[in-house]
Amino acid sequence: MTEQYSETIAGLSKDLRDKKYSAVELTQYFLRRIASSNKILNAIITTTQEQALAAANEADQHIAAGDTNPLTGIPLLHKDIFCTDGIRTSCGSRMLDNFIAPYDATVVAKLHGAGAVMLGKTNMDEFAMGSSNENSYYGPVRNPWDIERVPGGSSGGSAAAVAARLAPAATGSDTGGSIRQPAALCGVTGLKPTYGRVSRYGMVAFASSLDQAGTLTTDARDAALMLNVMAGPDHRDSTSIDHPVPDYSATLDDDISGLRIGIPKESFDEELDDSIATQVNAAIKQLEARGASVKEITLPNMKKAAVAAYYVVASAECSSNLSRMDGVRFGYRCEHPKDLADMYARSRGEAFSREVKRRIMIGTYTLSAGFYDAYYLKAQKVRRVIAEDFRRAFSDIDVIAGPTTPETAFKLKDKTDDPIRMYLSDIYTIAVNLAGLPGISIPCGFSQGLPIGLHLIGNMFDEARLLNVAHQYQQDTDWHRQIPEQIQPGDS
Amino acid sequence: MQWETVIGLEIHVRLSTRSKIFSGASTAYGTEPNTQACAVDLGLPGVLPVANEAVFRKAVKFGLGIHAEISKRSVFDRKNYFYPDLPKGYQISQLYLPIVGRGKLEISLNNGEESKIIGITRAHLEEDAGKSLHEEFRSMSGIDLNRAGTPLLEIVSEPDMRSAEEASAYMRAIHTLVRYLEISDGNMQEGSFRCDANVSVRPKGQVQFGTRTEIKNLNSFRFMERAINHEVGRQIDILENGSEVIQETRLYDSDKDETRSMRSKEDANDYRYFPDPDLLPVIIDDDYIEAVRHTMPELPNEKRRRFMQELGLSRYDATMLTGSKEMAKYYEEVLAETRQARLSANWVIVELISALNREKLDISQSPIDAKRLGGIIKRIADNTISGKIAKQIFEQMLTSKEDADSIIEAKGLRQITDTGALESMVDNILAGNPKQVEQYRAGQKKVLGYFVGQVMKASQGKADPQQVNRILRARLEN
Repeated sequence: MTEQYSETIAGLSKDLRDKKYSAVELTQYFLRRIASSNKILNAIITTTQEQALAAANEADQHIAAGDTNPLTGIPLLHKDIFCTDGIRTSCGSRMLDNFIAPYDATVVAKLHGAGAVMLGKTNMDEFAMGSSNENSYYGPVRNPWDIERVPGGSSGGSAAAVAARLAPAATGSDTGGSIRQPAALCGVTGLKPTYGRVSRYGMVAFASSLDQAGTLTTDARDAALMLNVMAGPDHRDSTSIDHPVPDYSATLDDDISGLRIGIPKESFDEELDDSIATQVNAAIKQLEARGASVKEITLPNMKKAAVAAYYVVASAECSSNLSRMDGVRFGYRCEHPKDLADMYARSRGEAFSREVKRRIMIGTYTLSAGFYDAYYLKAQKVRRVIAEDFRRAFSDIDVIAGPTTPETAFKLKDKTDDPIRMYLSDIYTIAVNLAGLPGISIPCGFSQGLPIGLHLIGNMFDEARLLNVAHQYQQDTDWHRQIPEQIQPGDS
Repeated sequence: MQWETVIGLEIHVRLSTRSKIFSGASTAYGTEPNTQACAVDLGLPGVLPVANEAVFRKAVKFGLGIHAEISKRSVFDRKNYFYPDLPKGYQISQLYLPIVGRGKLEISLNNGEESKIIGITRAHLEEDAGKSLHEEFRSMSGIDLNRAGTPLLEIVSEPDMRSAEEASAYMRAIHTLVRYLEISDGNMQEGSFRCDANVSVRPKGQVQFGTRTEIKNLNSFRFMERAINHEVGRQIDILENGSEVIQETRLYDSDKDETRSMRSKEDANDYRYFPDPDLLPVIIDDDYIEAVRHTMPELPNEKRRRFMQELGLSRYDATMLTGSKEMAKYYEEVLAETRQARLSANWVIVELISALNREKLDISQSPIDAKRLGGIIKRIADNTISGKIAKQIFEQMLTSKEDADSIIEAKGLRQITDTGALESMVDNILAGNPKQVEQYRAGQKKVLGYFVGQVMKASQGKADPQQVNRILRARLEN
């Protein structure tokens, strides 16, 4: 980062209020960074320069009038899964390449209402299905730490953009690890709140019972600022939960001595890269140094059973959720359909990628007559068992700690031919979605120049504690302040 | 061979709510295509359904109306299939845990002379689809999504009906009930009340059901009876020719009066039902049910029984008068005016209904309101006018706004009850007909009728016939 601009929302917000620079200047700065770096990273699908400058100008007027809040004038990127009124929402798919929603997602509207400035929409795995961001109609996103490697997915564009400081923060969505896994692989802070904490209205559905909107930021303090705005019930989303929203910033500095950390022994298995184990253990030691106690726990179903249940439930829900993409009212329609069946088959056949089709087929199969009990119902039972495992674990611990991913960023094309290996990238994160719990990934070191993520899991609605622990850790470490050299700005 | 028909019905009732079941868009009928379809109804990416509380109240009301179990916890499921007028590629319905469980309804047969209990398996909430318009769009189809998302209650009966007449009586009973409960306008032309019939036949005495067919989209009582009768005949022909009925869905063509195959069981969709993860389970507690119970009107069958037991009406009259909510309301208003239960029943059923049928009007369009009809009946009851005069007044009222009393006054129709006046009329008639007097006195008592007729004629119908009788007898017997 140049000395002129702070690197966090908190810092930028203070500078804006101190009038060190204007919101318009700040927006122009990030737009320049996007213009110079996005060609390489491909992290952003749509840049909304005009709207951004107009919003920044408006923010400057609020700042001049002294009417500000922490996000006033702060540039942000939205994952292209969030509908934006009048601006394309592609979801990384050819299917929605021409789709312009006539409404804002609740998350978008809330952040806009808080004065944030949308710079554009980030690249993603098509319909959030993927763990490497190679599965996008707009091409793969590259990891700013090594552009031959993937940024993770599905919020890979958001993670790469924040890592490369193309924006101080971005929104993401997490169905099985889609915020936390790319956050780990890109060295940023990724928060997935409790299911129902943030409205899903206007977020294109992948797996409705698992999807949750969250944030990608440089640090936990910024995640708290974002969540303060995003959290809360929404009358347009029946599954959003009316649970009190605390001030997440207020408890960041709380002392964590006495914190009880559970370490699931299942997280430290033979699949885990040794260098990651070393760094994650060091991070846990760091928390112990601040007075936390550590206890080994067991979550016997968090891996194999969870991944199996996840791919049944998520595929079933997506097969139904994606049915509306039929070429009738919006989205892609094939040329010269012979008849209705041909229109459906070719529109969907031509616009969906292999991975999306694979999941639709798995989901259609598991829901079909005669298989429903054996797959979908059984998977829901496994899900309840997993939730029960967590509930038991949280009876005498406060947070669970472990690695976010079994390995660091892998090479492009490394796993594209082997979906099962790709699915296992989320092996430590998936159970959290099945149980509906909050989780956060924070940078905790490097292995051969590639970032490593520490995964913290909280109890229901315990985001404040997760952010507190993450922030305390970030007081003692500077992993989250590292910026990939390759994309250090030269022109700003 | 003797055949027995077995019929079960699935009735779709559109619930009369202002907004749709899962969105805030209006449900008004007959507006320009796609002007009442919001983003949720269009199934755009990212939107979510939010349930309209009014539909739960109406469904519970129906459940109480058929003495059914109300589910404390019911769940919306997705029924997945592709069709252009089904925006999301699935219909939100309730398969596994419907809001209304098992109930029953008594139906009237043979003009109320007999009755039968029909079991109702369940009733569940679901959203309607839009409409495909195949005309006016050369080689293309138009889609109107105004109807998409309007709330439906699907009422599934047991296979308890044994004839088209019973099926029709059941369909009418449900129609009457939902209108009494004011949960639907029941308008069949606008599709607010539609029916699918499952029909099979079996040799009389056989316990097992025969293979059934489903006839779709019957939207009038008459068509339903005709469609079922046609289908029963078709199935019997097949079986008597030694073939087998194929399980399939058939459409009734009212122009040709026949059913034809739409799709067979093999082509049937696998709907891949599963609980909709966008909606929470519907939890209904006892307080809620009690609150709805307090809003329940008197049900048609209860009303019918009360009319028979408390008002002394015949089964036929009571059945006729409770056949629709409007009819019952009309009768009860007349009754409140006259306090003459049987006389009022008679006038509503005989005079009013035949006049309305003549003019092809229904009771809500009656040119004579209950108060005016009551006015005539009151004057019969207190002997101001005779029944015959009353009919003249009734005819006049059909085309005027006057009430009975002013017509009676204006035309001087008041019955003559003054004994002196009647006696002199009788004396005049007897004096003018000595021959007939002779005959009577010789034992030909039926001549009395002749004298009565003469007196009535002389009085222009205004004499009280009973009094005339009495005076005549007194004079002739002396």
